[in-house]
Amino acid sequence: MEELINVVDWSRAQFALTAIYHWLFVPLTLGLGVIIAIMETIYYKTKSEKWLATTKFWMTIFGVNFAIGVATGIILEFEFGTNWSNYSWFVGDIFGAPLAVEGILAFFMESTFIAVMFFGWNKVSPKFHLAATWLTAIGASLSALWILVANAWMQYPTGCEFNPATMRNEMTSFAAVALSPMAINKFFHTVLSAWTLGGVFVCGVCGWMMLKKRNLDHCWRSLKVGAWVGVIGIVLTMITGDTSAVTVAKYQPMKLAAMEGLYKGNHEQSIVAFGILNPSKQAFDDKDPFLFDISIPYGLSFLATHDFKAFVPGIEDIINGKSYDNEGNEINTVSYAERMERGKQLQEMLSQYSAAMNSGNTLLQDSLKNIINADFKHFGYAYLDKPEEAVPNVPLTFYTFHFMVTVGGFLLLFLLLALLFVYKPNILNKAKWAKWWHILAIITVPLTYLCSASGWIVAEVGRQPWTIQDLMPNKVAISDLSAGYVQTTFWIFAVVFTALLIADIGIICKQISKKSQTDLNTVKD
Amino acid sequence: MSSVPENNQGFWSRVFHLYYDGFRSMTVGKTLWLIIGIKLFIFFVIIKMIFFPNFLNTKCDTEQEKSEYVRHQLTDER
Repeated sequence: MEELINVVDWSRAQFALTAIYHWLFVPLTLGLGVIIAIMETIYYKTKSEKWLATTKFWMTIFGVNFAIGVATGIILEFEFGTNWSNYSWFVGDIFGAPLAVEGILAFFMESTFIAVMFFGWNKVSPKFHLAATWLTAIGASLSALWILVANAWMQYPTGCEFNPATMRNEMTSFAAVALSPMAINKFFHTVLSAWTLGGVFVCGVCGWMMLKKRNLDHCWRSLKVGAWVGVIGIVLTMITGDTSAVTVAKYQPMKLAAMEGLYKGNHEQSIVAFGILNPSKQAFDDKDPFLFDISIPYGLSFLATHDFKAFVPGIEDIINGKSYDNEGNEINTVSYAERMERGKQLQEMLSQYSAAMNSGNTLLQDSLKNIINADFKHFGYAYLDKPEEAVPNVPLTFYTFHFMVTVGGFLLLFLLLALLFVYKPNILNKAKWAKWWHILAIITVPLTYLCSASGWIVAEVGRQPWTIQDLMPNKVAISDLSAGYVQTTFWIFAVVFTALLIADIGIICKQISKKSQTDLNTVKD
Repeated sequence: MSSVPENNQGFWSRVFHLYYDGFRSMTVGKTLWLIIGIKLFIFFVIIKMIFFPNFLNTKCDTEQEKSEYVRHQLTDER
């Protein structure tokens, strides 16, 4: 058992490591893609060589990031096949479809037009070149869409039916998978947050160049687009964050409870604006969950349901299967103890199905298949040893969620300030504190990356212990490997990805430094 | 290679020259392609082939056997 836990932990750590490293490259590609497309559109409209120079400057940075980041996501697919083989088999058809669309359509489109974007300046018409730049940006977003659809299905499995003969989930509705509320929210929240990161990145680089007093005209041009994309990105990220919270409250209430450190729910539930969790708090003990907290009345009820009076269940309520309507009447949900019991019955039926298959009893097979599918949403609970096992890591989920929200609020203010300076540049030009804003702009870049990674930690840690929500916990999803084997590959990835990250940062910084010393008001091919 | 005026070239010839001339005139791109090459070699040749075989393929030969293996894992083992 201890070996199994070790394998689960190392496999999770490896997946987290590779996913987070991969995600360091992706948002900048998504964000800068849109920014350079807008810059080139301005160049196309104005025919100004200055805008062409600015577009080419950011295109180089985009190219470096794209080149270093490309194919880093493929590692995750290697891990599915080796470390998570039970999971891969269990979901194969459903997970395979979006990933196939991503590989064939989106990535193909992205990689075709990126060649035109970089090599085609003097080879194709300006209009075709502009179209290629936009299609590269759109292709990158479409590529992200299908990955996020696959991820959303793991959070909210829908549009499928379990086939006990093959032990696989089979897709019954592609539309239900691709257009699930979880998938739509996840796509917009993630891609728009990448716009924010792209905008902040432009502000950060310009902050550095302004600090060095290099190419100030180019900086103001860049800031104009970067700040607008950033502001639009952060405002829409906040709006989609709100709709994401409603979706999470509906489909993953345990995650929402962990995000808020909420053990016992209430009507008119307040939201924690700032809090320090009690580290010794466990579900069903009498300890206060917080050592210190500042809360906003009604906040969580509104966030979760857009109703100030609504009941929001806490961790203990969810385990006990208790919820209430607005009149205070108890709504019967299913307790985790009962879900475990029903899961075990399904597991037993699977064994019976296997026996029926071996004896050729098709009538019994059909009957068992129907029963299994009717109750399948409880299947994964069969593998839990106790209900509390289905509670995610509350401190990690809570703190990363609050960090994400706090930094998100800061980013709104920062980007609005950047936008103000774009239209009132004299405020910044004459201010004695201008250099501090430049330094703040530089610091905000890594802060935004941390914010972005925190969002993923909330999404993924908050749904533990599930690989597929309610259907398959991690300890069942993993392959029968030794912990040492997974540990070895973990460290290999840590070294390879760190080297790639150093190369990425090194080349980008070198390019910024080198190009900032040339005149970015004219074009030199 | 680009002596023929581009407008007089066929579609595939123009596509070829887009890439050919593009690669030839790269500056920072050469370093990037080197990194991409090394990275893909490490990913697909070293990591994938040595450390990341498809686990079920190493245990089973047919789809039926894979179903049985996973069934055993999900009903008996855990």
